[in-house]
Amino acid sequence: MSEPLVFKRYYVWELPVRICHWVNALSILILSITGFLIGKPVIAGVSPESYLMGWVRFVHFIAGYALLISVVTRLLWSLRDHCFSGWREYFPFLTREGWREIGMMLKFYFFIDRKTPDAVGHNPLAVTAYVGLFMIFMGMFASGFALYAEHAPSGVMHTVMKPVYILLSTQGLHLYHHIGMWLIICFVINHIYSVWLLDVKEKGGEITSIFSGYKYTTKVHVFSEGKECDENGCYIKVKK
Amino acid sequence: MSKQNVDTVCDTVKQSEGIKQKSESADGSIAETLRRRGVSRRDFLKFCSAMTAAMALPASFAPRVAQALEESKKPTLVWLEMQSCTGDSEALLRSANPTVAELILDILSVDYHETIMAAAGHQAEEALDKTIAAFKGKYICVVEGSIAMKDGGIYGSTGGKSHVDRARQVCGGALATIAVGTCASYGGIAAALPNPTGAVGVQEAVPGVTVINLPGCPVNADNLTATIVHYLVFGKIPALDSKGRPLFAYGKRIHDNCERRPHFDAGQYVEKWGDEGHRKGFCLYKMGCKGPATFHNCPTQRYNEKTSWPVAAGHPCAGCSEPQFWDAMGPMYKRLTNVPGFGIEQSADKIGLGMAVGVGAAFAAHGLVSSLRKDKDPAEETKEV
Repeated sequence: MSEPLVFKRYYVWELPVRICHWVNALSILILSITGFLIGKPVIAGVSPESYLMGWVRFVHFIAGYALLISVVTRLLWSLRDHCFSGWREYFPFLTREGWREIGMMLKFYFFIDRKTPDAVGHNPLAVTAYVGLFMIFMGMFASGFALYAEHAPSGVMHTVMKPVYILLSTQGLHLYHHIGMWLIICFVINHIYSVWLLDVKEKGGEITSIFSGYKYTTKVHVFSEGKECDENGCYIKVKK
Repeated sequence: MSKQNVDTVCDTVKQSEGIKQKSESADGSIAETLRRRGVSRRDFLKFCSAMTAAMALPASFAPRVAQALEESKKPTLVWLEMQSCTGDSEALLRSANPTVAELILDILSVDYHETIMAAAGHQAEEALDKTIAAFKGKYICVVEGSIAMKDGGIYGSTGGKSHVDRARQVCGGALATIAVGTCASYGGIAAALPNPTGAVGVQEAVPGVTVINLPGCPVNADNLTATIVHYLVFGKIPALDSKGRPLFAYGKRIHDNCERRPHFDAGQYVEKWGDEGHRKGFCLYKMGCKGPATFHNCPTQRYNEKTSWPVAAGHPCAGCSEPQFWDAMGPMYKRLTNVPGFGIEQSADKIGLGMAVGVGAAFAAHGLVSSLRKDKDPAEETKEV
């Protein structure tokens, strides 16, 4: 060890990204608990006045709206040209380089090779999972709000949701809404395990970064087009 | 398509005088016919009020309904029996408003109904042919039962003619077609998997014609009468939803108008047949009630002289009036449909829990292996780069 390690501080997750992350996490938790109770009410109201299920459903709807707003906000935020949270980050599977890095991550997970890609923000495999998660979110919004709108079949939301009703019966919507919840729970298990693995065992600093926004790393984030990121996530052109 | 046709419904019947009359009072107005039959003015107005309520109109419309019925003549009606259990005919014959005889013989001029007509065999078929020829574009066709489409429609026939051919002929020449019951509307029980006869509803079998769907198992006779009265009063078919059902009867979910709804919101559920909650009339949600997925006016209209309906009797809603009943609404005593391809009794939650446990176990195993490894030294990273 002749030369000292050079750690660079990157501001990877800006405040809106962190807020969205935690609103997502909280609403997923609330939605899963209340959703489970709506599907299988193990609670029991003492008197007809208790309005227990009414409140559980109310909280579920509020959390649903919170998740929708959070996800939409995050989508809009990704329109900014930012190399850690911008939309470009989300399609590694469209480039050869991306696939190479996904392969690297898979080799890492299957204990074949411990090397991880030079990604300061998301790793390409995680990002692919997030794209999948966003798809599940879309399905959950469609089925959830379609079910919600059925209380007012002449309402605006019911009209907007018309394609969903053509696609699936109400019972079908209930079914896929349940399955969606379990898929998200599987994602959460994966997600929490992976951040533990990459932070605690691989010293990637994932866990603190979602609180503070900063990552300290010796890596340099390089894009396939020969672009690099500065500490604030802005693109810098690198001479080849 | 038939809006113009519908507008002429009253004229039609006037013009039809003398073409084919069998009852001594057929040429009179509905009100007059009823009077002759001994139905009092009071009962007639009661009927008008009941119909106004069934059409979800304010009570102030009752005089208008009465006036329209006083002026309009009986529409000619033919009733086709397809692949069915005749439950809808049964429901109609047992309808209370007005009593059987008045409804069948006087309000409606039923010229052809396989179950209740005196004629049989070729005579009966002849009567149908005569009626549809004489009143072409002016009669109302009511279809009961699904139509078998498979193998050229050979699985359902009456008088040597396949149901699909008969439906095309009779519905094609009708002012409007009313599909009564879930089978005629969407295929119903006969269309349940594996659907050996290729059963479909009328609209699917005869795509070009105007069909009003009145699903339900059986159809609520009040809704059928109200639909016909709607014709007579407004001269047009009632507003329909995207599944071809009149909004006045199918515009709201059972769940949202249910008399047990307060118990749902309160969190008071029947847990077991005959338990304390069941005796107290708690919500049947956990017993598999499909009320949250079913649009019908059962809670307000009820069946059999407004006596009762399944939920009032302590049985969960089976969702009988929705498309793809039976397949989409099973299992009857479970809230959630089974996941297709996973065999019987595999609910989404069982599979989901299995999935979550599987994923958890996989990552736990991975974590175990990982935790045995040495933590990564950041210095290695620089060496690799």
